[in-house]
Amino acid sequence: MHIFEGFLPYPWWQAWFAISIPVILYGMYKMNKLVSERREVVPLLAVAGAFIFVLSSLKLPSVTGSSSHPTGTGMAAILFGPAITAVLGVIVLLYQAIFLAHGGITTLGANAASMAIIGPLVAYMFYKAASKAGMNFYMNVFLATAIADWVTYVVTSLQLALAFPSATGGILASFIAFAGVFATTQVPLAILEGALTALIMKYVVQIKSDVLVDLNVLTTTTVAKLKEAMQ
Amino acid sequence: MKLEYIVAIVVLIFAGQFFYGVAANPDSEFGGADGAAGDLVSEISPGYEPAEPWFQQYLFEPPGGETESLLFALQAAFGAIIIGYTIGYYRGKGESNKDTEN
Repeated sequence: MHIFEGFLPYPWWQAWFAISIPVILYGMYKMNKLVSERREVVPLLAVAGAFIFVLSSLKLPSVTGSSSHPTGTGMAAILFGPAITAVLGVIVLLYQAIFLAHGGITTLGANAASMAIIGPLVAYMFYKAASKAGMNFYMNVFLATAIADWVTYVVTSLQLALAFPSATGGILASFIAFAGVFATTQVPLAILEGALTALIMKYVVQIKSDVLVDLNVLTTTTVAKLKEAMQ
Repeated sequence: MKLEYIVAIVVLIFAGQFFYGVAANPDSEFGGADGAAGDLVSEISPGYEPAEPWFQQYLFEPPGGETESLLFALQAAFGAIIIGYTIGYYRGKGESNKDTEN
């Protein structure tokens, strides 16, 4: 989903910054507040950030003959909400843009919008809706994070299609072409990311279920049920 | 069924789709989809020249594939250490709490 440096013309890269910067600033405010009010969540915040670091560094081969990488942002979104996830995601994108020449500075706003904001927002909304509907916790985490991973790449395709509409078919034809590269390649990776996230979340339930209740991720009754199933 | 087994099966299926992909695309080197999208940009807008912003010259660019893989490995290692340390720390803490309760 990294749009390379220089690959978004004016006014698109500015527009995506205009969307991303307020969310990131709000996320920094929320993160500061959370960390100063609840010291006990700091290790979990570090794990969520580290998970993004690991997953987004793994360039995995897909059945389409291309490689791509998962995002890892779905877990942070479920735990801390999309605003805080935006901050964690931008840290990773900055590292990759500055040290790895992967992504870019002018395209940072657009890459942040897809991977750090819109994907996590979808994960968060899906998770909340499905837990209200009573879906099994691990299934919910799997679906929410897999969908978020995939949506990230759909957004990237849309960003490129908006900036480079096809001369014959317009934005739609362009979108289909970019999605053909990104969205299909991403399907196996999204499924893998969903499964890995569900597993990590199982361990979080095992060791830090009280924090999950504090963060409104789970209710005490669900935690009790999940722990019983582990015995 | 235990979640660990299900995840192991998903990983196996993932490996399977990779081998199928190798067989189905014998000439492919499995390059990045990011790069493929870049090629697609030049195809759709043949005249487009990626802008070279003024700060580009100050940005660090890995001199080659070796350094790049080092930095990617560092990124993964750094993250994995934090995850392993934290989960291990709390698991150990939970165990020792259990001991003192008994």
